[in-house]
Amino acid sequence: MNSPATSFPSPYDTPAPAGAEGWQELYPYNLVFQDNLRDQEDRKFWFCDSQHWPNVFKPFEVIGVEFASRCLGAYNTRHYIIPPANGIDFRIHNGYNYFSPVAVAPELIPDRVPHFLQRAGHYFQNWGELLENWRKDVLANIEEMDALTFEALPDMVPLETVTDGVGHDPSVTLFENYDRLIQLAYRNWERHFEFLNLGYVAYLDFFGFCKEAFPDIPDLAIAKMVMGVDSVLFRPDDELKKLATLAADLGLAPAFADATSAAEVLAAVAKEPKGAEWIAAWEAAQEPWFNYTSGNGFYGTDVYWRDSLDLPMGYVQDYIVRAAAGETLGRPKDELLAERDRIAGEYAELLSGEAAETFQGKLGLARAVYPYVEDHNFYIEHWTMGVFWRKVRSLGRLLKEQGFWSNDDDILYLSRDEVRPLLYDYANGWAVGTDPIGPSYWPAEIARRTKIVAALAQARPQPAFNEPPAEINEPFTIMLWGITTEQVKQWLGSEGDDPNVLKGMAASGGAVEGLARVITTPEQLGELEQGEILVAPVTAPSWGPVFGKISATVTDIGGMMSHAAIVCREYGVPAVTGTGRASTTITTGQRLRVDGTAGTVTILD
Amino acid sequence: MSLLTDYTFAFDRTDEAAHEQLGGKCRSLVIMTNAGMPVPPGFAITTKAFDAVMDQTSLRADIAAVLDGLDTDDTAEVDARAARIRELIMAQPVPEAVRDATLHAYQQLMDLCGGEVPVAVRSSATAEDLPDASFAGQQDTYLWILGRDNVLQKVRECWASLYTSRAIVYRAANGITDEGLSMAVAVQKMVNARTAGVAMTIDPANGDRSKIVIDASWGLGELLVSGEVTPDNFRLDKVMMSVVGRVIGDKHEELVPTPDGTLVRREVEPERRTAPSISDDELVTVAGLAKAAERHHGCPQDLEWAIDADLPPGQNVLLLQSRPETVWSQKSTTQVTSSGYGVEAITKSLLAQLNRS
Repeated sequence: MNSPATSFPSPYDTPAPAGAEGWQELYPYNLVFQDNLRDQEDRKFWFCDSQHWPNVFKPFEVIGVEFASRCLGAYNTRHYIIPPANGIDFRIHNGYNYFSPVAVAPELIPDRVPHFLQRAGHYFQNWGELLENWRKDVLANIEEMDALTFEALPDMVPLETVTDGVGHDPSVTLFENYDRLIQLAYRNWERHFEFLNLGYVAYLDFFGFCKEAFPDIPDLAIAKMVMGVDSVLFRPDDELKKLATLAADLGLAPAFADATSAAEVLAAVAKEPKGAEWIAAWEAAQEPWFNYTSGNGFYGTDVYWRDSLDLPMGYVQDYIVRAAAGETLGRPKDELLAERDRIAGEYAELLSGEAAETFQGKLGLARAVYPYVEDHNFYIEHWTMGVFWRKVRSLGRLLKEQGFWSNDDDILYLSRDEVRPLLYDYANGWAVGTDPIGPSYWPAEIARRTKIVAALAQARPQPAFNEPPAEINEPFTIMLWGITTEQVKQWLGSEGDDPNVLKGMAASGGAVEGLARVITTPEQLGELEQGEILVAPVTAPSWGPVFGKISATVTDIGGMMSHAAIVCREYGVPAVTGTGRASTTITTGQRLRVDGTAGTVTILD
Repeated sequence: MSLLTDYTFAFDRTDEAAHEQLGGKCRSLVIMTNAGMPVPPGFAITTKAFDAVMDQTSLRADIAAVLDGLDTDDTAEVDARAARIRELIMAQPVPEAVRDATLHAYQQLMDLCGGEVPVAVRSSATAEDLPDASFAGQQDTYLWILGRDNVLQKVRECWASLYTSRAIVYRAANGITDEGLSMAVAVQKMVNARTAGVAMTIDPANGDRSKIVIDASWGLGELLVSGEVTPDNFRLDKVMMSVVGRVIGDKHEELVPTPDGTLVRREVEPERRTAPSISDDELVTVAGLAKAAERHHGCPQDLEWAIDADLPPGQNVLLLQSRPETVWSQKSTTQVTSSGYGVEAITKSLLAQLNRS
């Protein structure tokens, strides 16, 4: 047997799959590994973030990784001056995203400390007030974004434009609305990170203390002590449960039984005497709670409940059936809180004097800042991006109607900056009185790009590039992505490891045996059967409604603070995250044993 | 209350269990049984019984005479005098009342067990297991004793074990006088142990109170306790009850009962030597017992437990003994370097995180 590798291949030695040649041109020049920079790029370790970006990027979709990564970095590097960590550099290779944390040179760290104390200190002192301010701005941006429209340029400008001396035509609005759409998205991504890393470092402080006071304390124990039970992330699912209960209470259950679409259900319910009450509740729940995606908000094709009512209605139908079979629909909130208090109480009892005070102080702060870590995801990734993609798609449909391409989603094959000249092309043809050039140019180009993206999607990404550091100690790398020194060793494949045992983070406790169902796209969720074990590259909080059906979750990537881990703990479902290769190693139908307390998945067949 | 019931004390008796009457071991067994823990049934022969035997004649004075002027550094002399005293005790007549009480309690135990079963006979001294003494005597535990006459014989031998050389020297060195020295004896149903071991509700390596540490090996626990077998070692987090460390030992020998009613010490076959002697479910059960025992006593415990091959899963983990842990409980709790909370503390943590590499 060969001795284990200590290094991953270089991206420069990792060519694209056949048919994807020329893929680099689909993405911004600063995001691909440039040939003339090989030396410096190969000196860095890059890991694939398939947790947030499990699929190949279409050109427009780069906006998510760009906005997210850059804004994360700015808060570390330029706002709070986090002493040991700057931002996280990123590249796109073979269509997938790779991160490389940027450390601060040791000699520069001491000078950063006073700035961090002052700036982060201000946020910790004024957390509640600043958070309220955050909410106001985020919601205002969403509202403004929601009000943007993209309309076809008219045959003639309205008469009022002339009589009121407006002095410009609707192309001005078209251009400004497009630019404003991008700007507002950027502003909310800036807001996304305003508190996030401060929440993480407060958590890390508590985490480090627990590891010192209680050597080898399970990571899960620490997470459980801090988590709340009422994140706004779970509200959409809670709303569906309420609607299901209401339907049963109003005697409407039969109307839901055989319908196969939301429209059918609504038609049947409308005929019932108490139907109007239910329909009013259904409509009221949608804003904002149906701004919720079964994807993760980073892809233009992510399905949102508000736009695809069949999806949430299907969950409601499922809940009605389960309630009728005697199942309790609520999340076990009381139990979760009781367990949280038991755990914190028992660890606290082991301490006395200053250590006990420190424990309570750090725990208190971690609990105060933690809700943001969960909640922000709803406001930005779900709600903001839901509105964003809806607007992008509406623009895409408009341009399709104008003949620029033939599919609704073809706009995604352009980068956001290519849309501007296209809008000018459209406005120009309209203004000059000819046809725009786009309809004879873009279809072929989009077809070419479609082939390239499809070719890239044939291969799963390499987990990492180049030599990993001896120790991973950048806090966010560890906590959010679950990239630890251990994890990296596992990816490299240790000698003598049992190939039927996958190891990962013990993200949510409990052990179960069952049949695997490998899910690689949210569309497959309907295939899940009761009691199966969900195996996926990554899961999303909006998959919540299926968590009542499954017996355990296994993911490829994700740390203790990943959404998969958080959701599983909330729902009391065992989970092992960050296995690296579960979705590519396990096949549907295999019998597994998942131990969420030990962090192992055993293939039993 | 008649004298009869003062000489014996069944473990499930609900009257107050006094240390002077029962000694540390028996008292603990009574408390644990009454707390609803899975303790094999049995009874104590109380210190009052021992006193009744010793006080029938001038035996105590005779013993004092034998010990008078003993130089405890003269091991040959100590051995000789200790042997002489033990002879005296073995020959001492037992009052009718004590004998009747013992036989009655023994019969009740056999009835409870559905017929004659082997028992363990163990001494439970009032001086031996004082909280700050970690001395545990040898020659004071007899296993797999079948039949009442054998049991009575072993009870006497337990009484006599108060005067082993080691015990005499230990008391002399620690200033424990013979005045009022007394002993109880535990008679307890033997466990047909598939696996047995010890558990501590504190990490014996460093005093970490957030752990339960369990050692386990095949058969009865005696080989493990005496250090003659390298056991499996497990560390569990006490709050989460999850295994945080495990080392499987080379369990080369085991002490097991044979079909003909004796104990045999034999080699373990290769496959079982390096296979875990306890499942994770059973580990959690043992840990649960240890945690409950600690809570009940209000201090860290040192337990002996066994898994009975004759009982069904879920009911087969038994508690044999629980006594206060003596080494770390006296010391101060863990020192942590991280203190305070808020941005200064957070900054220190961030920097400390780096220095860990």
